[in-house]
Amino acid sequence: MNDPAAATPAPRYRFRASGVSVSRGGVQILRDVSLSLEPGQAAILRGPNGSGKTTLLRAFAGLLRKDEGEVEVTAADGKAVLDPAALTVYCGPLNAVKFSLTVDENLRFWAALYATPLSEIAGARAAVGLDAYAGRNAGALSTGFCRRLGLARLLLARRPVWLADEPTASLDTASARAFEKLVERHCDNGGVAIIATHDAVAIPHARHIELKAEVAA
Amino acid sequence: MSPLVAIILRDVRLAFRAGGGSFQAVAFFAVVCVLFALAAGPDLTLISRIAAPVLWTAALLATLISLDQVYRADREDGSLDVIIATSDELALTAAAKAAAHWLSTGVPLIAAAPLLAILMNLEADAYLPLMLSLAIGTPALSMIGTFAAALTVSLPRANLLIALIVSPLYIPVLIFGAGAAAAGAAGDPQYAANLKLLGAATLFAAVTAPLASAAALRSNLD
Repeated sequence: MNDPAAATPAPRYRFRASGVSVSRGGVQILRDVSLSLEPGQAAILRGPNGSGKTTLLRAFAGLLRKDEGEVEVTAADGKAVLDPAALTVYCGPLNAVKFSLTVDENLRFWAALYATPLSEIAGARAAVGLDAYAGRNAGALSTGFCRRLGLARLLLARRPVWLADEPTASLDTASARAFEKLVERHCDNGGVAIIATHDAVAIPHARHIELKAEVAA
Repeated sequence: MSPLVAIILRDVRLAFRAGGGSFQAVAFFAVVCVLFALAAGPDLTLISRIAAPVLWTAALLATLISLDQVYRADREDGSLDVIIATSDELALTAAAKAAAHWLSTGVPLIAAAPLLAILMNLEADAYLPLMLSLAIGTPALSMIGTFAAALTVSLPRANLLIALIVSPLYIPVLIFGAGAAAAGAAGDPQYAANLKLLGAATLFAAVTAPLASAAALRSNLD
């Protein structure tokens, strides 16, 4: 399998969302949200429960229909890609982990979906500190380990836009710091990351975005 | 490995692991046949006459009870998001899910059918037509069934709804399938015609069901 990312310097990507409005169940949750990120920039999305953080990330990932607005990812030297589902990776509150498969079987499945060479699995597994559990059934992992396994998918996807929803929930302090380092490295490589969280996530040069609580119509 | 092959291998592996659906479908298939045999009483000629239709109906019901989890399990653990987000062509992904369902449910049912046919005192001439009709017809059951599973993926307790959606769509498959099995056993010239119509039903389902499943999955994005 050819692996352009390994051979050439990683391309840098710019993320731009403009005028995004999203409804769920007939109620407009988000109205006219715009956000643009330069290559290597991270955004921390905050807001009270119900302010639409998850909705916004899922809409960015192409997993929810937008009423209006557009999302665009541009390689710094290339063309803009509209509705770039193939350039984003969304990691939500569900970890997408199959409990009756082992840690490595889960990782191999994701690698196949994202067309990532199997040789990258070991690196992703090590980055989230699950090396000692490679052959263990995911159902026998603790909640925090399961979360880490879910986060390994961000690495395996090798996509420029990370959309992480409450990534540090159920992680201990050391793992949360390790996750911050992963985001930092991803941004240093020219990617962008949008992280919705209630925790104290510290990422250098990150934009801080506050979503307002939904105004009842 | 291509993503489609990976989906098929994963689903088949999950189905044969503890808590997977394959064993349950085969067990249910056997239970329905046994209940029919007990209800029909000790008249061996009667049982052997109804054997092929009963086996076909039981295979259909066993397929039906295995459908609910096809997409729901992936939705509940978040895998469906990943599968949709990485899919180049959702209809092909849906076809892969249907193929995996057939490999993990249809094939075990076909394999179990001769054993249950012995129980039902099926005539010796009737085995080949029965197996052939099941082999040609069960892929249609999986295709149509996984479409209903996709349609109801966001509804809680959709099992009965799936049965209601799927039953009318299964009728042609059942008629031609059981018809082929019976005609083949009797040396009836209708045998070939039944098999061809059964094949046509399977081909029609193979073309339309993945497209319909993809549309259903898209409309369930929420």
